[in-house]
Amino acid sequence: MNNSTLKKFFSDNVREISLILVIIVISIFVQLRSGGNFFTPENIADLFTETAILAILAVGMMMVIITAGIDLSIGAIMALAGMIGTTILKGNQEINPVLIILISIVIGTLCGMINGALVSKLRILPIIATLGMMNVFRGLTYLVSKGSWVLQNDMSRAFLNVATGKVFGINNLVVMALVVYVIGYIFLNFIRTGRKIYAVGNSEESAQVSGIKTERILWLVYTIMGAIAGFAGILYVCKFGAAQGETAVGYEMNVIAASVLGGVSIAGGTGRVQGVLLGALLLGLLNNAMPLINISAFWQEAIRGLIILLSVMSNSLIQRNVEMKALRRRNI
Amino acid sequence: MAEDYILELQGITKVFPGVKALDNVHFQLKKGEIHALMGENGAGKSTFIKVITGVHEPEEGEIFLNGKKVVFKEPKDAQKQSIAAIYQHGTTYHHLSVTENIFIGHEKLSKYGMINWTQMNKDAKELLEKLGCNINPRSIMGNLTIAEQQIIEIAKAISTEAKIIIMDEPTAALSKRECEELYRITEQLRDEGCSIIFISHRFEDMYRLASRITVFRDSQYIGTWGINDISNEVLISKMVGREISQIYPKQEVKFGEEILKVEGLSKTGYYKDVTFSVRKGEILAMTGLVGAGRTEVFHGIFGIEKIDNGQIYLDGKEVKINSTLDAMNAGIGYLPEDRHKQGLILDWGIGDNITLATLEKFTKYSIIDRKAERQRAKELAEKVKTKALSVFDKASSLSGGNQQKIIVAKVLNSDLKVIILDEPTKGVDVGAKAQIYEIMSELASKGYGVIMISSEMPEVLGMADTILVMKEGRVSKIFEDAKNVTQEQILEAAMNM
Repeated sequence: MNNSTLKKFFSDNVREISLILVIIVISIFVQLRSGGNFFTPENIADLFTETAILAILAVGMMMVIITAGIDLSIGAIMALAGMIGTTILKGNQEINPVLIILISIVIGTLCGMINGALVSKLRILPIIATLGMMNVFRGLTYLVSKGSWVLQNDMSRAFLNVATGKVFGINNLVVMALVVYVIGYIFLNFIRTGRKIYAVGNSEESAQVSGIKTERILWLVYTIMGAIAGFAGILYVCKFGAAQGETAVGYEMNVIAASVLGGVSIAGGTGRVQGVLLGALLLGLLNNAMPLINISAFWQEAIRGLIILLSVMSNSLIQRNVEMKALRRRNI
Repeated sequence: MAEDYILELQGITKVFPGVKALDNVHFQLKKGEIHALMGENGAGKSTFIKVITGVHEPEEGEIFLNGKKVVFKEPKDAQKQSIAAIYQHGTTYHHLSVTENIFIGHEKLSKYGMINWTQMNKDAKELLEKLGCNINPRSIMGNLTIAEQQIIEIAKAISTEAKIIIMDEPTAALSKRECEELYRITEQLRDEGCSIIFISHRFEDMYRLASRITVFRDSQYIGTWGINDISNEVLISKMVGREISQIYPKQEVKFGEEILKVEGLSKTGYYKDVTFSVRKGEILAMTGLVGAGRTEVFHGIFGIEKIDNGQIYLDGKEVKINSTLDAMNAGIGYLPEDRHKQGLILDWGIGDNITLATLEKFTKYSIIDRKAERQRAKELAEKVKTKALSVFDKASSLSGGNQQKIIVAKVLNSDLKVIILDEPTKGVDVGAKAQIYEIMSELASKGYGVIMISSEMPEVLGMADTILVMKEGRVSKIFEDAKNVTQEQILEAAMNM
């Protein structure tokens, strides 16, 4: 690699490189402060397992945010899909866990389709549409459960193994997250429909003029988000061994934070799978590391918020710099 | 139907709610020609383009391609017939790469239905080299100059193997050298057999490129001429030649001393070295093409956007303006162009709108004296002759002209020295226009300095004492004696023929 291609590589991947650097710096710092408790095989495995569900959701959220939208209802979709899935399981212990997962994905997909229809057909602002549906889905969860919990001993051994089992020594959840990322990467970079999502996010008007059916694309991203939320929801209740009305309350905020950390612009149009993966990892790292070095629980939330803000600020500074350069070249 | 026309449109009429954007328009494009389409802002050119490209479906009229009738229901239909357009307000995807901008919608796929980036990058590079420019296809679109983006748009049109290419004001934002580049490419395309419709305000573009000219005015077809069959004067009169039917109630006012002066105002990428002054009782019209930086200058003076350099003097004293509040306190009032976005709160009552900017005048110990406020609002509403039942009526219930008057009343409410009106008559009917002119005239006679930003020639000539013409972010010319200026002179200064 010669000098100029190297430079180009850095400027193309500023976001990812800086995230990797931040992750390395924090890891080393934590390793030193915790007296070597960070880089242990158990802790690293733990870190990845804890981050997997968040990371899976962030891929879906990224697609929604690329179209300049947002989905606040995913925590509620997770709860609803998880509740229905495990309620069915409770009555029929011998059901194959794969079927339970599929049922939850279908439920999530239906929820996502409703969100998508509200946003694309009825033209309701995404934040409003999904805020409303968040309450609807949450309410449905209570209705389905009649206010009671589905507990670990209501779930079959085979089902619980989904979250704890391993493939080649790697936790199932981590494997599933990796699969989702590979599919997401291919979809968004090498499939026409995936690229159309970016086109719509860059400029809906331009996309329309280029003959892209923008409504369909908008509908699609919310539907995919719903499907992913359904999938993540059943994994979530499987991992924690309990489904309840309050499952994953507020979880959407973590997912949005991971996307934004990963360089997805809320204004739409930009975002990459690699960045989002790193964003989710960084968030997971903070959650994992802060208790290790005995930061008080009171401070943890504030520190996390501060890091998100700093990262977004640096992003907009970089952006402004680029715009200024373009303006100077107009020579006026 | 003559076979030598590759594209022919007959009797096209397109109606939008409340406006006839195209009224029985004709157009004929020969194979392998560059055909200039000219007309003032709002003449219907852009709508016409969107009819050809299938974005809008016309209510009436027929389109023929090579003599065969076609119907375009959506952009894809026109694309399939090898028609491509380069729109005025670019249809670029700023965050995506050059390659992707070129190939979006018709990406090259590999055997497995996956996008073949290697092939696309290679093709994009070849395409750009063919156009004689050295742009890295992997660059991000938003980081390119406007000229480079235009070239990418052209490359995009070629990549679809378009036979008919429409360029909507491609030179509007280009420098002279960049224009030359564009001319060269356009001619190259023509020589390769493309037929081109070229829309421009610049006469030099047209003389340099076109073999025939069609003129639209007020949504109507005026005529088509060979480039050598029409003189410059006749062409301009065809373009702008409406009768000045409105009355301009201009009063003779003796100018007082200089009230506002700006010196060397600059903002990188928007305007540079803008210097002018206004006296009491004077109406200064600022004109120029869209994108010349007129509105931006006043956003700077009014504190909406920061200026990079330059001084602003009011009554001979330098003032520092960092916010709109500073500007209002200094005595500057600004009526924005976009009434709905910047001027009025539509859901509020008329009275509340009028007093919004000066609430502190009716406020004692942080409590608003509603009675005094309402009284004042009533006086002002009457002053501008609003047809509203009461100050409690919602602003959204008024017509465009009356809304504009409310904004005038709102500005009058503060202690004003200079009042800036940005396109004050845009989108209002003729009757309301006359009333707005009357108010303007009255303001001037009361000793305010009045600045009007306008693209409409008749009102510039009818109302102004002094005319300032901007071009590409700079002051092109100041006509001190507006009475003896012609439209041609102004157009010349705006376009530098």
